[in-house]
Amino acid sequence: MADDKLEMIELTERQKKARRSRSVAIGLALGALVVIFYVATFIKFGHFMPNGPM
Amino acid sequence: MALVEETRIEDAAFRMSEATAGDYFALLKPRVMSLVVFTAFVGLVAAPVSINPLIAMIAILAIAIGAGASGALNMWYDADIDAVMTRTASRPVPSGRVSPGEALSFGLVLSALSVMTLGVLVNWLSAALLAFTIFFYAVIYTMWLKRWTPQNIVIGGAAGAFPPVIGWAAVTGSVSLESVILFLIIFLWTPPHFWALALFKAQDYGRAGIPMMPNVAGEASTRRQIFAYALILAPVGVLPWFLGYVSIGYGIVSAILGVGFVWYSWKVLMMPDSDRVMRPAKALFGYSLLYLFAIFAACLADSVVERALAMGGA
Repeated sequence: MADDKLEMIELTERQKKARRSRSVAIGLALGALVVIFYVATFIKFGHFMPNGPM
Repeated sequence: MALVEETRIEDAAFRMSEATAGDYFALLKPRVMSLVVFTAFVGLVAAPVSINPLIAMIAILAIAIGAGASGALNMWYDADIDAVMTRTASRPVPSGRVSPGEALSFGLVLSALSVMTLGVLVNWLSAALLAFTIFFYAVIYTMWLKRWTPQNIVIGGAAGAFPPVIGWAAVTGSVSLESVILFLIIFLWTPPHFWALALFKAQDYGRAGIPMMPNVAGEASTRRQIFAYALILAPVGVLPWFLGYVSIGYGIVSAILGVGFVWYSWKVLMMPDSDRVMRPAKALFGYSLLYLFAIFAACLADSVVERALAMGGA
């Protein structure tokens, strides 16, 4: 039978700090990508969009 | 039998990463990237038509990320030689902060992302040129030329010369003689710039087994070739004015800068064989950076003034 307690990897403080730094950077990059594609879509295709209710 | 077997995770491949966002940013070679951004921006502004400023910013960002991606791929492949050179030993891969696999994945993902973004949001000619530039730097230069021939940076210099052409193509959707001249200026500037560095870092390159010109053809031959390139570069720098693309202001600035380049190269040519400090080579290396920045800044200023005058006259 398996042990009740699973052996987990314990991250060191340095590893936790590095992971947090990478996570923040990925989050910011993805956010920037969303904004870039949102803005660019309006610039490039804005004149195709209906002005009033359909 | 246990459902979950105990597994010891001691292999280096399973080690949890300690790489920070800063280490990944360093993989993009930010200093090279800044030069790419600047020259691409000049190509974009010098083009005779204009695009939406936000699309222009996206184009510059995509070009910068593409250049950074090729830098990451270069650091992935060159980790072995970077480790034995003092100038590059502390880079993220040779120092062990980022694994080679992580650097490769990072470079490939950013390459695809930058090319697709440029293609979808700007135009596909500039995207194709960016893809070719990344391929040229990562495969043709890094994997093939760099370790094979002393002409490595002569041919490989084309990768660094493409950004203004991409910037121009992002706006016009074409490649024209004006952008090819901007390409030529960087292309002809690259050998004297890197050979000046290779002269006073010859031992480093020798230890890494990279066939740079001073290690293969000798210092005297390298000094002669530096001077020959300077003699070709100086008039090519003035060519945009000679062909009537820019004003006399640019012509004067580029001519003075060109004379300076020839002068510094002459000092390198006259450097005695016994000179181990190589101050003239270090001075030329520093001046070459100033030269490229100043000549593109002059081109940028000329384009901005011309646009302002055109708007004022309209």
